[in-house]
Amino acid sequence: MTRARRRARPPLAVVVLGAIGLALLVAPLVAIVVRAPWGRLLELLSSETALQALGISLGTAAAATGLSVLLGVPLAILLAGAPDEPPGLARRVVRSLVTVPVVLPPVVGGVALVALLGEGGLVSAPIAALLGAAPPTSAGAVVLAQTFVAMPFLVFAIEGALRGADRRVDLVAATLGLTPGRRLLRVTLPLVAPGIAAGAALSFARALGEYGATVTFATSIPGITQTLPMAIYARLAEGDRDAAIALSLVLIAVSVVVLVALRDRWVPGVVR
Amino acid sequence: MTARPLALEATVNATRGSLELDIEIAVPAGQTLAVIGPNGAGKSSLLLAIAGSLALADGRIAIEGRVVDAPPEPPLPPERRGVGMVFPDPLLFAHLTALENVAVGPRAHGAARSTAQREARAWLERFGVGEVADRRPGSLSSGEAQRVALARALAAGPRLLLLDEPLAALDVAVHAAVRAELAGCVRELGIGVVMVTHARADVAALADEVLVLEGGRVTQRGTLAALEAAPASDFVRRFVRDEPPSRAR
Repeated sequence: MTRARRRARPPLAVVVLGAIGLALLVAPLVAIVVRAPWGRLLELLSSETALQALGISLGTAAAATGLSVLLGVPLAILLAGAPDEPPGLARRVVRSLVTVPVVLPPVVGGVALVALLGEGGLVSAPIAALLGAAPPTSAGAVVLAQTFVAMPFLVFAIEGALRGADRRVDLVAATLGLTPGRRLLRVTLPLVAPGIAAGAALSFARALGEYGATVTFATSIPGITQTLPMAIYARLAEGDRDAAIALSLVLIAVSVVVLVALRDRWVPGVVR
Repeated sequence: MTARPLALEATVNATRGSLELDIEIAVPAGQTLAVIGPNGAGKSSLLLAIAGSLALADGRIAIEGRVVDAPPEPPLPPERRGVGMVFPDPLLFAHLTALENVAVGPRAHGAARSTAQREARAWLERFGVGEVADRRPGSLSSGEAQRVALARALAAGPRLLLLDEPLAALDVAVHAAVRAELAGCVRELGIGVVMVTHARADVAALADEVLVLEGGRVTQRGTLAALEAAPASDFVRRFVRDEPPSRAR
């Protein structure tokens, strides 16, 4: 017989500090909900600058997510490597490089993008010649900055799913006559589809909330590069706290949706 | 003289982890070789080497007379060896129905979708699981799923079937039925089979010959009767008596 044992109570100090920690995380959100100008919400959110910013944010975040999937899935495949192979030096270095944007202060990422693509940047001249325009101060610059910040999350989500997949499945697929390319398309990618979806949702959330790198690189031009986070900051700087809070609620709502969508999406779907 | 070449003729020298394999085997067409041995003896590694997932350091593997690995020549990849492989767990593709799983092999070998699905349905029916054709693997019982896995392996038309404890995860009730179906298919197709197993009953029902592996080497080979008459090791003695393997190793 097993008897349910009472779990030992954690020390009081741990409980108190833990509760304060939780409050620190939750209290600001409570405040924003309590202080929200619920009566004027619709009016504030339907102002032209708000709608423009929302449109730009959704559009650029979607584009950044698309770009992250397009480039991040292949990168994750390279990083995950052949099933049996231990990660070599090159792969460990690449993984560290992919991690950089995650730990780098976003504003530094923005400055780095300026150094690369801004006026007089490392590769600005050829790119400008190619596109007929300088990359910054366009929605494309916003997408680029958001992708820089968001793609690593997608890469790691998918790499994790790939490495967690049973390598024998790949061998079985091979013995059925599928070449490596067809195994990837018909077996491996469908198998890690939940991982890709989770990574895309994470990237989207990250891109939508991105401020530092984007504002530094693309600057905040209403109607062109001003995303929701930039609009929120601009409203707050103008002293229009109600508008800032109203716009913030939109971002909070999106975050909640992403969190709920991600709930059970971390395990790749291998049937045993 | 048009004698059919051996289904498998192999001299396997390979390293996997700390285990060094040094094994010579031959399987005539239409025969089943059972590979037995204690855990870690190299049974699964032997199958991986034949399938092409573990490269030889030295030696030679020929399947139906065609050399698939002979260092220093580059080995043929698994998809070009004409082997079928079944593990203890079915490893079905979760996003495909049972029918689509079985149709993957025929499709990969160039059959039109309708032809592949017709063949797949026939294979499923052969293993008594025609009624689960349109279901996803997640909703199948372990017995149904393993039958689908066996159907999938055979539908691809392998010249050599590699079975790694294919019946180990099945209930006692299902076990004997699937074993009988498998035996029927193998006999009819006349392909060679290498089957790793821990069960004496599987050897008795399916195997023409038994190979005993211990520490990456062959310590005995012969029919089950020969092993019973003169077991060369404690492991074999226990195996033929159907006793659980010794824990004290």
